[in-house]
Amino acid sequence: MKQLVILSGKGGTGKTSVAAALAHLSSLEMRIVLADADVDAANLELVLQPTRLEQHDFRAGQVAVIEPDLCEPCNRCYEVCRFGAVSAGEPAYQVDPLACEGCASCVYQCPQQAIHCVEQQAGLWFRSDTRFGPLFHAHLFAAQENSGKLVAVVKQQGRLLAEREQRELLLVDGPPGIGCPVISASAGADLALLVTEPTVSGVHDLERILETVRHFRVPALVLINKADINTVHTAGIAAYCRAQGIDLAGKLPYDTVVTEAMVQGQPVTVYRPQTAVAGALREAWANVRTRLHSGTQGWGARR
Amino acid sequence: MRGGWQVIIAVASGKGGTGKTTVATSLALSLTTVDERSDAHFSVCSNSLLFLDCDVEEPNAALFLKPTLNQSEDVGILIPKVDPERCNLCGRCAEVCVYHAIAVAGRKVLLFANLCHGCGSCSLNCPQDAIGEMLHTTGSLESGSAGRITFGRGTLNVGEAMAVPIIRQLKARHLAQRDYELTILDASPGTSCPVVETMRGADFVLLVTEPTPFGLHDLHLAVQVARDELGLPLGVVVNRDGLGDFGVDEYCAQEGIPILMRIPLERSIAEALSAGQALVEARPEYRQRFVAVYEHIVRAVAADKESR
Repeated sequence: MKQLVILSGKGGTGKTSVAAALAHLSSLEMRIVLADADVDAANLELVLQPTRLEQHDFRAGQVAVIEPDLCEPCNRCYEVCRFGAVSAGEPAYQVDPLACEGCASCVYQCPQQAIHCVEQQAGLWFRSDTRFGPLFHAHLFAAQENSGKLVAVVKQQGRLLAEREQRELLLVDGPPGIGCPVISASAGADLALLVTEPTVSGVHDLERILETVRHFRVPALVLINKADINTVHTAGIAAYCRAQGIDLAGKLPYDTVVTEAMVQGQPVTVYRPQTAVAGALREAWANVRTRLHSGTQGWGARR
Repeated sequence: MRGGWQVIIAVASGKGGTGKTTVATSLALSLTTVDERSDAHFSVCSNSLLFLDCDVEEPNAALFLKPTLNQSEDVGILIPKVDPERCNLCGRCAEVCVYHAIAVAGRKVLLFANLCHGCGSCSLNCPQDAIGEMLHTTGSLESGSAGRITFGRGTLNVGEAMAVPIIRQLKARHLAQRDYELTILDASPGTSCPVVETMRGADFVLLVTEPTPFGLHDLHLAVQVARDELGLPLGVVVNRDGLGDFGVDEYCAQEGIPILMRIPLERSIAEALSAGQALVEARPEYRQRFVAVYEHIVRAVAADKESR
């Protein structure tokens, strides 16, 4: 089983639209499992229109609660909290659950033992079925800490099912950025497909996400979306990748048909297979597949 | 304390790439450049506008504002430093650490710096007083100016996981220092902890979205954070208007959320932005519209404060 993760650094470069197209294209050739690792803003289900089969609670972390009856306002909790979560209130001190990181430092320091921690339900995760294969996805509740743990759950469930059913590809739609959720999404990946765009921000963020995957020793391919928006930057990205020894998976032309497809809840390769952008996605998939192939000899051997 | 006319606006989105930085930078530029056909309100925040790029994972605002950065410092979190002379390996530190960042193995105390949140609990609880603290650098803060804009940004080092401590320190450094007429905070995408850390203490949240199913889905989540969790007044900017469907319009009408501006889907705008031009530089006619957005926000904030 191979693990492909789609990342970008910068948000909104087209990760999920690319993921949906690759889900379609790869499923024509092999048995796949999908995981939406952007648990903050999970959008893959909007294109794949899955049927939900299972729903599970995701419990993680805790927050401190001060018992107002026991609190003798001594200010100790306020002093020790490094997250600005404690404030003096009437009649007792209070904890802002949005700021609290659940470290329990105040719990240990309170001379009145007026503080305890309560576990939180931070979100939900789901197992669903799509026309291209099973999908694991999640919903992190608003304002929760995205420590990467829910990302890890979604991926682990996907990997277990892939191994159990001897599926050949785990396709992970990753989150934007370079922090904890991204690190969690790329852990154990055989290949990262970095979707970028030829803008000053796209170029800047590509450099940072490339450094990040390199730091964690995940090989990468770069896909330039909306390549014809700025041909100077597109050439610059291509040159930069060459200099870094990173291959291009391809270039996609700018076409609002990609958005039309999203509105219709379809991958663009299904919605308008004859368009140039769909053709470019098929080429990109061929390059990704070749690269996954060349990585190890065991690719597909279990079949 | 901040007075009635000092306003902090967080520009956020839920979905990435909807144009947060485009809107935040053009708002700042629109309020600090002098108009020849000058009106009185252009001087409102001409001398005290603070712009903080809080998207520390991918800070991009400097690409458009092109500030001169003349100050820089390393920041991070305080991690434990165990004095082996005093430590008697009692294991109390490991007991109190909820992040499993410290452990006693044999005759040694092991530290996992990437799991540590820097809460200081191990140090406070050590019966031998054997745990001091040292700075573990996870990023940097830089500041300077761009024309009349005071500019600050944080950058998370590659390979580091936690964005929140950098955002917290960026805001503390600048917002404690002096009062600005207007502070603009450019948030990261998403709806989890870094976005909440950016929005906390703001007076208004400007949500930038696009009229697509992805845009709508993530706008919905961002409203949950800004309005429902934090209780902040908000408004929406619809970017790439005309691109997708009418879901965002219907949702905003239903929820009573004002749409303060629409930026149409135009290839020429996308091309100008791709080259690092700010929207108001490419399209000076937008300046007036950003000023109107600002005036709306000032009124909304005043009304919100009165109602509290």
